[in-house]
Amino acid sequence: MRERTLYLLGVIAAILLARNIYVMLVGLPDEAFQGAIFRIIFFHVPAAFTCFLAFFTALIASISYLKTGRMQWDALAVSTTEVGLAFGAANLVSGMIWARIIWGIWWTWDWRLTSMLVCWLLYAGYLVLRRAVEEPAQRARLSAVLSILSFSVVPFVFFSIKWFRTQHPQPVLYGEGKMDSAYRAMLYGNWVPLLLLAVILVAVRMKQENRRLELDALRREAHTI
Amino acid sequence: MHYMRQVWTVAAKDLRSELRTKEALNASLSFALVILLLFSFAFDPTAELTREISGGLLWLVFAFAGALLLNRSFARELENDCLDVLVTSPVPASALFLGKALANWLLLLGIELVCLPVFGVFYNADWARQPAWLALVLLLATWGITVIGTMFSALTVNLRLRELMLPMLVYPMLIPCLMAAMQLTTALVAGQTPSGDQLAWLRMLVGFDIIFTALSVALVETVLIG
Repeated sequence: MRERTLYLLGVIAAILLARNIYVMLVGLPDEAFQGAIFRIIFFHVPAAFTCFLAFFTALIASISYLKTGRMQWDALAVSTTEVGLAFGAANLVSGMIWARIIWGIWWTWDWRLTSMLVCWLLYAGYLVLRRAVEEPAQRARLSAVLSILSFSVVPFVFFSIKWFRTQHPQPVLYGEGKMDSAYRAMLYGNWVPLLLLAVILVAVRMKQENRRLELDALRREAHTI
Repeated sequence: MHYMRQVWTVAAKDLRSELRTKEALNASLSFALVILLLFSFAFDPTAELTREISGGLLWLVFAFAGALLLNRSFARELENDCLDVLVTSPVPASALFLGKALANWLLLLGIELVCLPVFGVFYNADWARQPAWLALVLLLATWGITVIGTMFSALTVNLRLRELMLPMLVYPMLIPCLMAAMQLTTALVAGQTPSGDQLAWLRMLVGFDIIFTALSVALVETVLIG
């Protein structure tokens, strides 16, 4: 993506975010039971959405890399995984702050918290693996396989931990729970700037990865000379 | 048929070399016994408490011992460039993988069979009240551990810090499998016949085994050959 497009997207994201924060703080009333802290949901939930979308993109990129062998796909896979991890961390930390205020504890071994943590650790392993492989093609190949395996274990993690224990509030976006339409609109509305931010970060990170590949190639060329 | 023979040839080779040198087996078994001992300091091993956490205790021991065993599975072939020879041999990569997984599975089951009576003696637990069900859980969950472990053994074989990398990558992947095994084993050691929830865990264990065996068989060629 061209640099100017990225800046433009960044400005749009910042404006949207500022507008959303204003509406959140001034326009929307406190939630009936939880009060002001409830607003953290507008970051907590979209961060989780973004995280899983990023991991899913990483899966597609990894499969595409194995099919085509083009380093572009590997760059996309590593960029989306890193950005996904950042949003995953945002989700975990905002959740912990929320839990401290509403449940009185920082952490509980409820299924969603535990599953999110396990997924986060799985993908953190992906980054550690990448650091241990020197050769770019081998690194791309091995990490693509790891990404596929990690994504396949995610549903197992979610189901098994769900059977194991539950304390988290039941889903409010679908199923039995009800959420006021203004809240719901803000929840999805705030996803837009966060998603834009994720796209910008991925684009920047991909650029970086491509330059690194170029550098590697140049260095090897210099060696042969 | 031919394929199965290739798998068995690789498994027999691995078993033979392991049983002759016993390098990974000895380390893994003594490590398992040390952990069994260490757990007795982590909590007061009364009959009550042991019954509640027996599954967790046993499967942590098996998973730790398994990591030591699995670390060696492909690393053993690095000496004298054996891995290159194996990869260039007419045996397909998936048969090589399945053979190694089979050998690891049998070895880890052997370690488990030694650990169980030791556990029974140290923790004063009557663990064999549901022998058939317990055997089934051991077979299924150990296959889950070995199939993932062998895959990661192949994945990390050429890396720096191989010994550190394997457990770090394997344990988060194994959480569903270990959790099912722990739930089931705790119930079985307490003498219950599996019902309702436990049968669901058993189904999940079977699903886990099938999916990851299929994925590993499909992907191992990419890992070993590229």
